[in-house]
Parts: sequence; structure tokens; C-alpha cells
Amino acid sequence: MTASIIKFDTTAEDHHIARMAAVALGLTVLESAIPSPLPGVKPGLANIVTLIVLARYGWRIAAWVSLLRVLAGSLLFGNFLSPGFFLSLSGAVLSLLVLALAQLLPTRWFGPVSHSVYAAFAHISGQMLVVYLWLIPHAGIVYLVPVFATAALVFGTVNGLIAARFMDNAETLKPKVIGNPA
Amino acid sequence: MYSTAFLHIKPGDWLTLLLGSACVAALALALWSGDFADRAIIRSGGKLFREVELSRDQKIEVPGPLGISVIAIEKRKARITSDPSPRQYCVRQGWLQQSGEIALCLPNQVSVELAGSQKRYDSLNY
Repeated sequence: MTASIIKFDTTAEDHHIARMAAVALGLTVLESAIPSPLPGVKPGLANIVTLIVLARYGWRIAAWVSLLRVLAGSLLFGNFLSPGFFLSLSGAVLSLLVLALAQLLPTRWFGPVSHSVYAAFAHISGQMLVVYLWLIPHAGIVYLVPVFATAALVFGTVNGLIAARFMDNAETLKPKVIGNPA
Repeated sequence: MYSTAFLHIKPGDWLTLLLGSACVAALALALWSGDFADRAIIRSGGKLFREVELSRDQKIEVPGPLGISVIAIEKRKARITSDPSPRQYCVRQGWLQQSGEIALCLPNQVSVELAGSQKRYDSLNY
């Protein structure tokens, strides 16, 4: 019996996307250990990776990283195609759409903090939409909207600041970071 | 480190944060403006029977033309626990919590209305 080998041709870019998605995944796992006062209120640390990738490599790669993270995360936590998965997916898709628009803002005036805050609001809007249209079609959930909006503002700002700071560090360490072989 | 964190916020970012805060404040005001009730106005036959604070849990028996309706106040909520009226609409209405909510028992002519600090307009009073 001969062993058959299935080989995919992968590019350096694919490896790069996979590495970034893995980092984002690691942050998701880390975050799941943080207790949350209300289901759905999470820091969204993985979005820091999305923000950095967006700023350095563009929207297409950021979308790959973000969606791969959602998919792989759901497989890891065992909630693929469950309501939790669709909540993550709707949030990720909507924030990617908003990021596509937000990155058009003049970089002289708007930085990662703006991107992050807009993406956080989009994220929570996407999730609330799925919750309302599919999971809990009850007007009572509007009472929670201000709580989620506050969380989006706070965590969006913090994530944006962290992303901006990481990019600063990378500027000063540029030769080391880029010189990393694939 | 904390002081340098603010260096990463560009002028437009401040605008974003301002806009976001305004958004959150507007949402909270719009969605949480429901006035919390603090007292219950109990009427029998159209006349004021008693006005009680919601802070103390109690059971109140209110006589009407058909018999006695029982009103319970518990954990800042009020409901009609029993009533001799045939259709029991007011009993099935359950707990009242928001200011302006009202349960009316007919034909026993007993009603309980919740009131907050200010009177809000609805289709019953204008």
C-alpha cells in the first residue's frame, strides 16, 4: 500500500494569515477564562490582532484573520453552528464591513482607537440584531442595549490603545520582527 | 505608560470617543427613561381607597360590590391576587412594576395604579 500524500500549495501570505489567526485564537482562549458579569460583555481581545493586521496589511488579510479566528474558535470551543457561533460571526462580519469604511478615514486624524470603537459598536449591533431577530424576539432586550453600548465604547477604546501601542513597539523593533523567517 | 497611552489618541479619535459617549448617553436616556413606580393608588368604586408605598410588602383587602379583592405588594411590585369578578383579567395581568401601569377589576370596580415621582400621560389621562 502506498501512502498518498495530499499537498496544498501554500504561499508565504497564507502562513502569515494562519500565524495571525493563531495569535487571535490564543487571545480568544485567554479571554474565555475571564469571568463576565453579563453574557456577551467581553473585552474582545482578539480584535487587537484584527486592528494591527488591518493597519499593516490591509482589509483583505484582516478579514481572513478575523473570520478564520471565528471559525477555528468555534471548532475549539465546540460551538460550531450553534447560536454562539452565529453571534460571533454576525459581530465579526458587521465590524469588518464597518472597518472597510473606517479605514478610509484620513489617517492623519483617525487612528486605531477610532477603528476599534467603530468596530466594537458594529460588533455589538450585529450581535443584538441576531439576538433580536432569531434568539430572543422580545422587546425587553432593549433594556440591555445601553449596557452593551457602554461595554463597546470602553473595550473598543482600550483595544484600540493596545493595538496602537503594539504598533509603536513594532516600529522600533522592525528589523527583528520582519526578519522572522516563514 | 498611562500618560503615553493618550498620545495614541489622535484628534479625530477624540471626536469618535465624544460621538460614542453621546451615543451611549442618548441610548441610556431613551431606553431607560421608564420612571420607576414608588406608590400604588388603590381605588374602589371610582373613589380613592388607599394610597400605599411600594417599599413595604403587604396584602390589602379591598371591598367592592361583588366582594373582596386582594392586592399584594411585594418587592416593589403590585398585583391583584384574587378577585370575585368572573373573567379575572386583572388577576391574570400579573405583576405591575412601571409607573403608569394599571390593573382594573370589573365588575368589582377595584383598581390598582402605580405612580412614580411624576405623572406620565397615557390614553387614560390627558
